[in-house]
Amino acid sequence: ENTDSRSLCRIHFHSFSILVCDPADVISTVEFNQSGEFLATGDRGGRVVIFQREPQGEYNVYSTFQSHEPEFDYLKSLEIEEKINKIRWLPLHNPAHFLLATNDKTIKLWKVSERDKRAEGYNLRDEEGRLKDLSTVTTLQVPVLRPMDLLVEASPRRVFANGHAYHINSISVNSDCETYLSADDLRINLWHLNITDRSFNIVDLKPENMEDLSEVITVAEFHPHHCHLLAFSSSTGTTRLCDMRARALCDQHAKLFEEAVDPSRRSFFSEIVSSVSDVKFSHSGRYLLTRDYLTVKVWDLNMENKPVETYQVHDYLRTKLCSLYESDCIFDKFECAWNGTDSVIMTGAYNNYFRMFDRASLRDVTLEASREVCKRRAVLQPRRVCVGKKRKETDVSVDSLDFRKKILHTAWHPKENIIAIAASNNLYIFQDRLTPNGHHNTPEIQSAPPKWQTQPNPPTY
Amino acid sequence: MAGAEGDDSLYPIAVLIDELRNEDVQLRLNSIKKLSTIALALGVERTRTELLPFLTDTIYDEDEVLLALAEQLGSFTVLVGGPEFVHNLLPPLESLATVEETVVRDKAVESLRKISQEHSPVDLEVHFVPLVKRLASGDWFTSRTSACGLFSVCYPRVSSTVKAEIRQHFRTLCSDDTPMVRRAAASKLGEFAKVLELDYVKSDIIPLFTALASDEQDSVRLLAVEAGVSIATLLPQEDLEALVMPTLRQAAEDKSWRVRYMVADKFSELQKAVGPEITKTDLVPAFQNLLKDCEAEVRAAAANKVKVFCENLPEDSRETIIMTHILPCVKELVSDTNQHVKSALASVIMGLSTILGKDNTVEHLLPLFLVQLKDECPEVRLNIISNLDCVNEVIGIRQLSQSLLPAIVELAEDAKWRVRLAIIEYMPLLAGQLGVEFFDEKLNSLCMAWLIDHVFAIREAATCNLMKLVEKFGAEWAQNTIVPKVLGMANDSNYLHRMTTLFCINALSGVCGQEITTKHMLPVVLKMSTDQVANVRFNVARCLQKIGPVLDSSALQAEVKPVLEKLATDQDMDVKYFALEAISVLSLCSSKLCMLVQFTHSSSQTSPHEPSQCDRIGIGTCLLQHAICFS
Repeated sequence: ENTDSRSLCRIHFHSFSILVCDPADVISTVEFNQSGEFLATGDRGGRVVIFQREPQGEYNVYSTFQSHEPEFDYLKSLEIEEKINKIRWLPLHNPAHFLLATNDKTIKLWKVSERDKRAEGYNLRDEEGRLKDLSTVTTLQVPVLRPMDLLVEASPRRVFANGHAYHINSISVNSDCETYLSADDLRINLWHLNITDRSFNIVDLKPENMEDLSEVITVAEFHPHHCHLLAFSSSTGTTRLCDMRARALCDQHAKLFEEAVDPSRRSFFSEIVSSVSDVKFSHSGRYLLTRDYLTVKVWDLNMENKPVETYQVHDYLRTKLCSLYESDCIFDKFECAWNGTDSVIMTGAYNNYFRMFDRASLRDVTLEASREVCKRRAVLQPRRVCVGKKRKETDVSVDSLDFRKKILHTAWHPKENIIAIAASNNLYIFQDRLTPNGHHNTPEIQSAPPKWQTQPNPPTY
Repeated sequence: MAGAEGDDSLYPIAVLIDELRNEDVQLRLNSIKKLSTIALALGVERTRTELLPFLTDTIYDEDEVLLALAEQLGSFTVLVGGPEFVHNLLPPLESLATVEETVVRDKAVESLRKISQEHSPVDLEVHFVPLVKRLASGDWFTSRTSACGLFSVCYPRVSSTVKAEIRQHFRTLCSDDTPMVRRAAASKLGEFAKVLELDYVKSDIIPLFTALASDEQDSVRLLAVEAGVSIATLLPQEDLEALVMPTLRQAAEDKSWRVRYMVADKFSELQKAVGPEITKTDLVPAFQNLLKDCEAEVRAAAANKVKVFCENLPEDSRETIIMTHILPCVKELVSDTNQHVKSALASVIMGLSTILGKDNTVEHLLPLFLVQLKDECPEVRLNIISNLDCVNEVIGIRQLSQSLLPAIVELAEDAKWRVRLAIIEYMPLLAGQLGVEFFDEKLNSLCMAWLIDHVFAIREAATCNLMKLVEKFGAEWAQNTIVPKVLGMANDSNYLHRMTTLFCINALSGVCGQEITTKHMLPVVLKMSTDQVANVRFNVARCLQKIGPVLDSSALQAEVKPVLEKLATDQDMDVKYFALEAISVLSLCSSKLCMLVQFTHSSSQTSPHEPSQCDRIGIGTCLLQHAICFS
């Protein structure tokens, strides 16, 4: 099959592996590294779990460490949660891997490295640590390194603290590989990766009088290739592009991406649903993907007044905004992702559904990530949400959607059709049946935990 | 070797070696810092065959341990058997040069550069150059960045074939995929150019420089600016225009403010490198543009260079250039919207007066100074005031005093104590410039008011200021103007002000001399020994200790000693402590007290300066017991 002409509906996502984390810890962020060999998740418990792709293609736990602990700010009488808000991998330095993880206030740079040698031979002690009889010590012994079982260690290399008065929502590493940004509700700071005691404020939306506050920063991200460009979005539905070459302070934007709202469709909820919950530059650097409550939009960096593409994620919710507002669901922050070639867009929805949009064919699909359907080897079946009468057995009516089951965090492998979907405390990893690199007929499924293997009811085709 | 000397001498070394891998970082660090001791005990042979291989693989350690190791290895040549064996140090340094931590890598490179000089030319080609090549073609950017710093040290000492290879490696690194390596190459470009033959500078370095200066990464381009300055110094004048200037001109107008900032920051070096003609034709307009840049950071950096730039202009046209090209820009900067720009300008603008001479200063600069003295930002005013001496030499300070005084008064009363502190520090300088009369009339009251400031740092600085004023104006002036006021504060109801009197006396007794101290100050101090606040009493003891050396012995014996002896039996622990200390320091011990004092002293040895609270309690209790014995 010609992979180039493959359209979205022919990407058959398999339930490839289901990695279930500790039930107490809801996954709060998912991120592949630059090669896709590693996948990191952060959770509400402040833990970071790193998965490594085995040669067979399966992702297994590589390292788990506690990145953040709950803290208390005594000056402000505020509890600081340990929840990991964002993880960003640094480009490879050396055999070790580096990632930035942040909670609401503190950003940490972690090094994850392997050790396979151990020093042996003490002068004054034997290998069990007992003191030797000193009279037997007649010559000096220099320790020697011997191979040992592989040990993966995570060590905190830098702690970037006290840079933010509000909650950090984003971090993004610059393409110059020496700086990164961190954004909170009102400000964006620029840090040098080697300097922890100072950062530069580059955007400040805080008004003199907090009562004049009209918007907050929701996400900020650096351009993948141009070190001077950064985009940040706000709660008013706008996304701004800033050029750091022009000024040291980027309060004035270079471009403002905003779509005029049809006045006839304005309602009490217009502003809330237009708030941008995620922004991602395409890998090519030419497009911006933004997610608001009901849509995902693709913007061409060269056109500010309207998006080049708009996809409805769950338009059927438009009539339900009132109850979604009452349950606070309307403030859910869904993320979005590009595939490796920028041809497909993915984003999450409710009822453990997630959506994909093929930009060329304009076809879209709804898939479900849940324990019930994600049996090993099974191909994910498209789902349909219907507003009126069910047309098919498998259709789900809007009224029966479970709004507590939401997929906020998704990630797409940088090169292959492998996706990671976080649903509550479960991490699902799906892979296209037609795995690139020619693995067309490889055995797809590794051994699964017994309880998944015994699932009845194969999905009907 | 060591074994023959028996266990006793082995033991400490054995401990050191074992602690190389102790769990406690501090112990590992201590051990690494004594690596030379270990190597000495092992002897050169075992150091080469056992210790160095072990160290080569010890790159898992904490940064601070690796940093210490990298530094140690730089001076290890003797310990491996001298220059003949110096290449044995290369493997551990090579592995250190690839770690991810920049400071460790830099230190490893520094040590490698150091030991490269100890290689014979043959060893350099056989051992050192292959190492550089390995690093330069390493998989990880860390090793390639380290390689950049090593080319210049081996280039001058190798054969021409190897030289060609080295140049090729450097070229490759300049177009590396990662910005980190290109930055490292750009920052070493100038250094490398210096060791290259002039022809190769033109044929190799210039294209690399041009490429780096138009790199897509701002962080690379800005480093190329500095390289450009170094390269410009190497080239003959006639080549500059064609080879370097187009790129530098482009850098001065770069889209990124960070690059322009770098140009502004390196402007005086650039000016020296390109010489007077290009300065006139190119740099003057470039400098004007930088002073008018749209980014405040750039304007501030350029403003900082105004004086040096003007000073180094060719003499024949200096005044014309300043008057027609620079001064108009400076005038605009005086009312810049950004306070950092104004304050940068204020710190150098006074220097222009010596260059322009009296008439121009009065006509053109003075109005600017006056505007800046009234600036809303205190830092601007402070910077002007701190540089008054430059103007004083040219036009005399009187011209300014009308505006100066309000500015000083305002700063002296600023709500921010750091601003008040800054102006206090300039007081002695101002007093010197303005003269005693002006001072007495206008500024004296300010200086006295600071003594009762509610911030301790200000009161402390104010006492120090008084001392410097007395040094300037003499003891007689002190006796007439400040001593009475200081001593008057001894009767203040606020104990903090009473203590200020004591602190002032501490500072002033030395400069005022024996007579004033004995006649006027001592009685006040002694009287204060009965103060009801213990803090005042123990400061009396400290004060007496301080002014003791100024007094003559009769005063010491007759007046100081009884008071200190009385304080030594004070209810308060601290008062007792300082009284006894004073007695000991002034050697006023009577036989009975002597032992006590010696005892106190030996017990306070552990904490030489300020004994901690618990120390004092300990001493106090012991003293009490002793006192009972004596009675």
